[in-house]
Amino acid sequence: MKKIVVGMGTCGLSAGALPVYEKLKALAEANPEACEIDITGCIGMCFREPLVEISDEHGRTIYGDVSEESAVEIFTRHVLNSQSIDDDKLIYGITPEGATFGSEAAFLDLQERIVLRNCGLINPESIDDYEKIGGYQGLKKALTAMSSQEIIQTMKDSGLRGRGGAGFPTGLKWSFAAANAGAKKYVVCNADEGDPGAFMDRSVLEGDPHAVLEGMIICGKAIGAGFGYIYCRAEYPLAIQRLEKAIADSREKGYLGRDILGSGFDFDLKIKQGAGAFVCGEETALFASIEGERGMPRIRPPFPAEKGLWQKPTNNNNVETFANVPWIISNGAAAYRSTGTEKSPGTKVFALAGKVAKGGLAEVPMGTTIEQLVFNIGGGIKKGRQFKAVQMGGPSGGCIPSHLKNTPVDFESIPATGAIMGSGGMVVMDEGTCMVEIARFFLNFTQSESCGKCTFCRIGTLRMLEILQRITRGEGVSEDIQKLEKLSVQIKDASLCGLGQTAPNPVQTTIRYYLDEYMEHIDHKKCPAGECEALVDFIIIPEKCVGCTLCARNCPVKAITGKVKAVHEIDQQKCVKCGKCITSCNFGAVVKQ
Amino acid sequence: MLVQIPKGVMKTAAKKESFNYRLWRYNGAPGELIPLLQSAQEHFGYIPRRAITYISGVTGIPESDIYGVITFYSQFRLQPMGKFVVRACAGTACHVSGAKSIIDTIEDELGVEVGDTTEDGLFTLLTVACIGCCSLAPVVMVNSETHGRLTPASLRKILKEYRRKGADGVNTAAGAS
Repeated sequence: MKKIVVGMGTCGLSAGALPVYEKLKALAEANPEACEIDITGCIGMCFREPLVEISDEHGRTIYGDVSEESAVEIFTRHVLNSQSIDDDKLIYGITPEGATFGSEAAFLDLQERIVLRNCGLINPESIDDYEKIGGYQGLKKALTAMSSQEIIQTMKDSGLRGRGGAGFPTGLKWSFAAANAGAKKYVVCNADEGDPGAFMDRSVLEGDPHAVLEGMIICGKAIGAGFGYIYCRAEYPLAIQRLEKAIADSREKGYLGRDILGSGFDFDLKIKQGAGAFVCGEETALFASIEGERGMPRIRPPFPAEKGLWQKPTNNNNVETFANVPWIISNGAAAYRSTGTEKSPGTKVFALAGKVAKGGLAEVPMGTTIEQLVFNIGGGIKKGRQFKAVQMGGPSGGCIPSHLKNTPVDFESIPATGAIMGSGGMVVMDEGTCMVEIARFFLNFTQSESCGKCTFCRIGTLRMLEILQRITRGEGVSEDIQKLEKLSVQIKDASLCGLGQTAPNPVQTTIRYYLDEYMEHIDHKKCPAGECEALVDFIIIPEKCVGCTLCARNCPVKAITGKVKAVHEIDQQKCVKCGKCITSCNFGAVVKQ
Repeated sequence: MLVQIPKGVMKTAAKKESFNYRLWRYNGAPGELIPLLQSAQEHFGYIPRRAITYISGVTGIPESDIYGVITFYSQFRLQPMGKFVVRACAGTACHVSGAKSIIDTIEDELGVEVGDTTEDGLFTLLTVACIGCCSLAPVVMVNSETHGRLTPASLRKILKEYRRKGADGVNTAAGAS
């Protein structure tokens, strides 16, 4: 009996997994004796979606870039006739003995999966699947064989550090909330994955929602809380849907509710949908949002462990942190410590995106270098271009230049470069990315997401943004760099929450590593990367132009000339650099240079 | 007054919570304002003035405070939205993969700017910080469907397809989120 599994995370679905699934489902239903079909969450190889996996006595085989037509071929050849299709589409396979093969085997071979242990293996909508693979065993152990103190001690021993970005030791955080007496306490799961460029939490919630619930219930037992909230972004509808199903199922099975597993411990939880505010990823702002107010940060102390949600002791952790918990409880602290580095044990999930050849999710032991992530797992840069930098930590993080590619990823080494670990977004940039423009992009983001409470964050970031806009327009002056540096320090010192304290990071790191690029914009009015529109020329590549006249018709200033079926040309004197020609060209013949 | 609802019934009732039902069920529990606003938006497609008045009347929260909450969060809309809400991703990965030319293309194809609705009421164009499909960048979400690996040309095709669907009167869950 063969089993067909289709990857149906958001990335799979947007690449067209649904018609593939429906096609295969119809075929499977017509041949019920040959196979069964199921769905799964994100396998991690987003760059080859949609993915279809077939498992049988010879192991597992994953096909990538599956279309409706190739699905039929895979079905007839592999499922019905047991012949694997040995071409580029066969991206990964593993035999029962553990040997791997396939064109993208390196992507998974170099990973070590703890958080993503079930993603891509189980049907996220089936609690039975989760139980079969060892789910809720950690909870059973925690509720029946361990005291609260023992759970916290195990977490401390494991050395797990908060995966939301700050890296605060989880066991220690739990002990603070546990130490505060009170009849009512809360567990909060921060699933407001706001960093643009990060999608680990989405994949975990979509691929293995029960692991997060299990982690939260264990935390509830450890700190003595009876209720939890998952604060999830409204932009993740599929994650919310799967969480809702998971909560209903686990309630039915008695993992949530009164007297869980006969232990006398009561715990229940609720999903709160975010409403689109980046600052709500900050814990005190998140609490304000759950309470139904504008999501503005509050002054600490009192810390959440003392007075958090509804002024009650609260423990707040990130999705990935909670997903680690059941594994640690089941396998013990020592097993967790066996991966990663001394001060940052365990693994970290990274979302590889941007100009990297193979974008997707990669879980690696802490201490893996950036080079290994980008080149060995991510397959280097798209189109064979030059690696320029990685941006880590989103708008709060910084750019790490290519000459520091040997930096290991852990909570000590990354901050030393000026960037932050952040939640794990890793956006790769090539020589076509302008660092001044990237700094402007992030500042624009933080500026519009600033809640406005602290003056320096509200107005300071706007002043910085104005300076950066000036520079990218070719109107920068030499004092601008000093002004940016001064404002950065002031904003960091005078802001209440993480948003303001980290907002200048992208500017500071780009000035630190790419000062010459800034100076090129300011002194010579040139953008070396060719991205800042005011500083580049738009040209038509003669080989690609078919002479369709579309660009000429769209040009608002009639700067483009050329006859039908003849190569067109742009008059640089007339061009106002609006970009209409680029967006109208169906052949990618217009480029910036 | 407590009404006993059998277990099975409760579940379906909870799933179909309409805006009216939510207002009726409101029992003074704190923290309900944002879910109420979300369900109002789901019901009307945006938050009309009268919904603010209703909510204020039931919860006792001043209208000005409710307005403050609405304007703080980018999800809430005070104007009706188009049948198709086009959310262009402006996240980091999309940005470095050419989101600007994607947004320019939509503006050009639809003839509106970010934040506006087309005159025929078919499309509203918004940007979103990140949809979380970074490896498929650049990405655009139309209602709840995500489209990835876009080029200006493939995007125009997709938009034309929606325009055709809209003209045919195909029912979609517009403005549901």
